[in-house]
Amino acid sequence: MELLFFPLIVAKMSDLQEFRQLLQTVLKRVYGDKLRVDDVNRLSGGASQETWLMNLSGGSAPETLILRRAPQRSQDAPSSAAIGLPNEAKIIGYAEKAGVPVPNVVYVLQEHDGLGEGYFMSRVPGETIARRILREDRYAEARSALPAQCGQALAGIHSIGIGDDPALNLSQGLDQLSQYEDFYLSLGACRPIFDLAMVWLRENAPDPLTPVLLHGDFRLGNIMVDETGLAAVLDWELCHLGDPREDIAWMCTNSWRFGNIDKRLGGFGDLEHLLDAYAADGGPVISPKDIDWWEMMGSVKWGVMCMMMYESFRTGAEPTVERAAIGRRVSETEMDLIRLLEAQRHA
Amino acid sequence: MHDQPSVRELVQAVKNFVDETAMPELTGRAGFHARVASNVLGTILRDIDTRFEADASEKTRLLDLLEAPADTSLSKLNEDLRQRIRAGELTIRSDDLMRHLKMTAIDQLKVDQPNYSALKKAIEEP
Repeated sequence: MELLFFPLIVAKMSDLQEFRQLLQTVLKRVYGDKLRVDDVNRLSGGASQETWLMNLSGGSAPETLILRRAPQRSQDAPSSAAIGLPNEAKIIGYAEKAGVPVPNVVYVLQEHDGLGEGYFMSRVPGETIARRILREDRYAEARSALPAQCGQALAGIHSIGIGDDPALNLSQGLDQLSQYEDFYLSLGACRPIFDLAMVWLRENAPDPLTPVLLHGDFRLGNIMVDETGLAAVLDWELCHLGDPREDIAWMCTNSWRFGNIDKRLGGFGDLEHLLDAYAADGGPVISPKDIDWWEMMGSVKWGVMCMMMYESFRTGAEPTVERAAIGRRVSETEMDLIRLLEAQRHA
Repeated sequence: MHDQPSVRELVQAVKNFVDETAMPELTGRAGFHARVASNVLGTILRDIDTRFEADASEKTRLLDLLEAPADTSLSKLNEDLRQRIRAGELTIRSDDLMRHLKMTAIDQLKVDQPNYSALKKAIEEP
């Protein structure tokens, strides 16, 4: 969600010095007494996360490290679907063992560290900004490698058995439809295309596949890409259990093609290539047509999310111009929905 | 009431200020919000220019589709349409429904996000 990321206002110098000292104290325990935190800068962050980049020296430490942390002063509750940073760190660990490219989690913050919830992880070089990945020549090779790499990564994620640790919500297709329909109806908005899409989705829901661990927000913007392709899967906060087609379709939702509408897979590739690699790596055999229902569900979800973000302006909870403006993006998903519904008439 | 300058001209003046004076002075979060604000002012101008006509065509189509009395308000018509859809009386099999919804979405998107990828496709399609 590019709109939700703001370059950050620099905190007061004294606060930053104190913060640097705290980080250094914690990291000395990981890397030894010679470690120094030379520099710390906030990279970006939405309402629910802070991301800091640290430059380190001394000891056995790497030159740079990333801290992902829950905001301290903000009363913004993390979105109810977010699993919390310690759980996120745990799942990234599982993913690494399953061979999925992820940052390496080096330390999860404890209560006595005095830094709140969060974890330190390695810095994976590369690009996350979708429009650059889609348009710059230097990523041409990456774009052709990405479909298969994403298929392999998703097959890896979907193969992870988490047992009950952490306990995650199970949310299948019809559960999500009901949840988003309830949000929509509670807002009092009257957008008949959404009603038509919701009726169609309910009447045409496919039988659920065996539930697996889902990333929950797998798309450009949430993956690190370098010149050779997928470098790391990031932003695990919306993990849940559910239908594997959900993760595949989210990347196909037109809102996440960033203008390249003719490339169904994320604006960069063919869905078939992802599905072939996914099945070759042990995922269930899925055809492009099986993704249709979930792609429409993706547009419903993003449209309702835009309505909810506008709602936070309307109620006065977040009276910013950005929250007002996002209400005028609902019509993007209306257009996607009516075109997807038209396609179903001919299916 | 006089209209010199008109509302449209006033909004344009504010947009000029944001684009040419404020935005170059701002960085970080404020710069980001200035860019959003400028886009919003563009939306307002397009809304001012097209809403009257777009609402009138939407209403004509809805009166036809729902066979409703001519004095029914646009919001009531849309509420009725939603109920007919939810009751399963109007489905994706209805050409008139699909044509109406698509034309309404096109008019709305021309105002809200005229560069959105699917808008160009929709206008090109039959």
